[in-house]
Amino acid sequence: MKVLVKRSHNDEVQGYEVDFENVTLLTVLNHVKTKIDSTLTFSQGCRSGVCGSCAVRVNGREVLMCEYKPNDGDLVEPMHNASVVRDLVVESSAVEHFSRMANTWSEASREGNVSEEDMHRIETQSDCILCTACYSACPVYAVNPNFIGPFALTRVWRYVSDPRQTKSDAKIAAIQTNGIWDCTLCGECVPVCPQGIAPKQDITMLRSKSAMLGYNDPNMSFVGGLDFGAPMF
Amino acid sequence: MAKVLIIGGGGAGLVSALSAHEAGAQVIVMTKTLPTRSQTSMAQGGMNAVLGEDDSIANHIADTLKSSAGLGNESRIAFLCENAPDAVRWCNTLGLPFSRDELGEIARRRLGGASAPRACYAQDYTGLKLLHTLYDQCLKAGITFMNERFLLNVIVDEENNRVLGATCLNIPTGEVEEIRADAVIMATGGYGALYGKHSTNSVGSTGDGIAAAIRAGARLADLEFIQFHPTALKSSSILISESARGAGGYLVDEQGDRFTDELAPRDVVARAIHDEISKSGGVYLDIRHLGEAFINHELPQERKLAQIYEGIDPVHDLIPIKPAAHYSMGGIEVNEECMTRVNGLFAVGECANHKTHGANRLGGNSLLELVVFGRHCGKSAAEFGVKSPASELENTQLAKDINFIRDIMGFSNRIDFYEKQETLANIFYNNVGLVREEMGLKTVLEAISHMQKELPFMGPKDKSKICNTNLVEFIEFGNKIELSEIIVISAINRSESRGAHYRSDIPTRNDVMFGAHTITWREGGILCADFME
Repeated sequence: MKVLVKRSHNDEVQGYEVDFENVTLLTVLNHVKTKIDSTLTFSQGCRSGVCGSCAVRVNGREVLMCEYKPNDGDLVEPMHNASVVRDLVVESSAVEHFSRMANTWSEASREGNVSEEDMHRIETQSDCILCTACYSACPVYAVNPNFIGPFALTRVWRYVSDPRQTKSDAKIAAIQTNGIWDCTLCGECVPVCPQGIAPKQDITMLRSKSAMLGYNDPNMSFVGGLDFGAPMF
Repeated sequence: MAKVLIIGGGGAGLVSALSAHEAGAQVIVMTKTLPTRSQTSMAQGGMNAVLGEDDSIANHIADTLKSSAGLGNESRIAFLCENAPDAVRWCNTLGLPFSRDELGEIARRRLGGASAPRACYAQDYTGLKLLHTLYDQCLKAGITFMNERFLLNVIVDEENNRVLGATCLNIPTGEVEEIRADAVIMATGGYGALYGKHSTNSVGSTGDGIAAAIRAGARLADLEFIQFHPTALKSSSILISESARGAGGYLVDEQGDRFTDELAPRDVVARAIHDEISKSGGVYLDIRHLGEAFINHELPQERKLAQIYEGIDPVHDLIPIKPAAHYSMGGIEVNEECMTRVNGLFAVGECANHKTHGANRLGGNSLLELVVFGRHCGKSAAEFGVKSPASELENTQLAKDINFIRDIMGFSNRIDFYEKQETLANIFYNNVGLVREEMGLKTVLEAISHMQKELPFMGPKDKSKICNTNLVEFIEFGNKIELSEIIVISAINRSESRGAHYRSDIPTRNDVMFGAHTITWREGGILCADFME
């Protein structure tokens, strides 16, 4: 089997011939690094899909290398929307930057009993491993590099809808600019999430919550008249 | 204001960071990856705490003491267990999404060796959700993160045996840097990755902080005690959680017959599996009778991982398993305040030896330990820094480490270190694993001594300055070699069987001779070992 990897030193695709079947891409690249080419550079950690280190793009789509089994001729490339440090390693400050911008934390929480059903509401969102696959797949960054983006907004919804939270107004305020209204609801973030999270849906929920708190969609500034449902002519 | 440098961004590091920050310190967390990529993310089981009337703190203490096989310190264990309910409540108020029972209380499950269900959990993701909750709180607190910094050495003023900071390799830039601080907390995790493909751990669990600590003058304790998890996938050592057996899964041999009590303590089950594999060649976990609906709801991760890594579906097939290295009981020796023998150098979590696990850790006590001692350690370090601020002393460590990196980049590369690393993992699994005996241990010691001599003939093949992970992996290998010698010497010296340390040549426990901790340290570069209280 031949696996193609985009290298950063010459911006070219390099092919590696390996004699494997039915193993993960991470196993293949570890074989390459330890036996064939020690300069090939990538990140890894748990090997079991919980640490979020090894996300890359294969044939244009985001995957975790520890969960993906490669086919002959696959093209492996670094994630989008982040500058390449080397080969498959990309600059990683987005996680901290956008999380801080969006206040993705618990403000104040109450103790006491919470029903199983209420806790289920945030179960999937809190499964996030911050692999940033959704961030790489998001087309909004092409026009707005300051967009808070899918993983951070899902995290905001995870805290806003936490049944124990007693204060979340500041969080909602923090995501009005470069946040929920900048999303095009294209849904590219949904199928790439290895944890089955749907950021698009969480963003929709945050829009409803914002509207209930009196915020308006800035794209909908057309007031009154007959608009046929279109934002602006 | 005291400046506290925390090395390691896993659970122990982040709890300490929050605690030191709360105590008024300026906090910097340095990590070799990103905080959320730490080993803590892999913890599944839960965090032990007595919350209800149906259980008692005295029972939690008794269970932990019993499991420690004579090496647990009673007052530290009492500190751990008494602070457990508050630790769980604290995590809950930070936002950790604990699973709930039908009454809406924090749900608890029974893990091996516990006399009552007391492991508070968040599905099968307790560690992941704890780690992410802590990370979010650190961002809220404005804590500074220095990511992708690989620890090289602790900076010590040798005259006063006083820590001054640490040096590290900035992985993306390739520069060696120095960070000064009034107190340094080591929170770098265990050394399970020494066992390579025979470990459930992340590839990053290479014991860097423990190796740096002994180089800096700290003492280590009980490094020979390494817990093996009974059920890891055979070809990859990916963990299959204890909950699979807790839910009624069977262990069967090649003929499909059960051969042991599946719910005995971890060391007992692991040895039974080891013996059966030596005898008949293979052991399997059978959960087929639990049914597809149950497996999908309760063990979805296990099903997915078995499909990916073994190419089998546990709903219809037997899961091939083997025991694998899982947790490092041994670590940096610390006192009640979590401080090492070096003034101002603290240690916490798996890299430390708080003398709470002794010879065998109880499931659900590791996450608990990192929260309870993390809170204590952060505060201690901040207070220490205020009381005795570090001076701006000149120190040669940075210059030494710049030379060190330059030198190893020039190593001759005649011997492939990846190949040696694999050999080390294999001989460790076979001879310093679940079952040990003197001859095998001595053979390994000899092999290690060869590898130490060969290190200058190895080195990184990759000569890039930018993001050289080949270089990082070579230094990690160096740390593994350093610790492997200490582990094997400790295992040879302990001529008895106790907890996770089982000697087939001396299968009994000997409290008169060995009812004490194996303490190791360096004296003018020479490795010393003794048994001490």
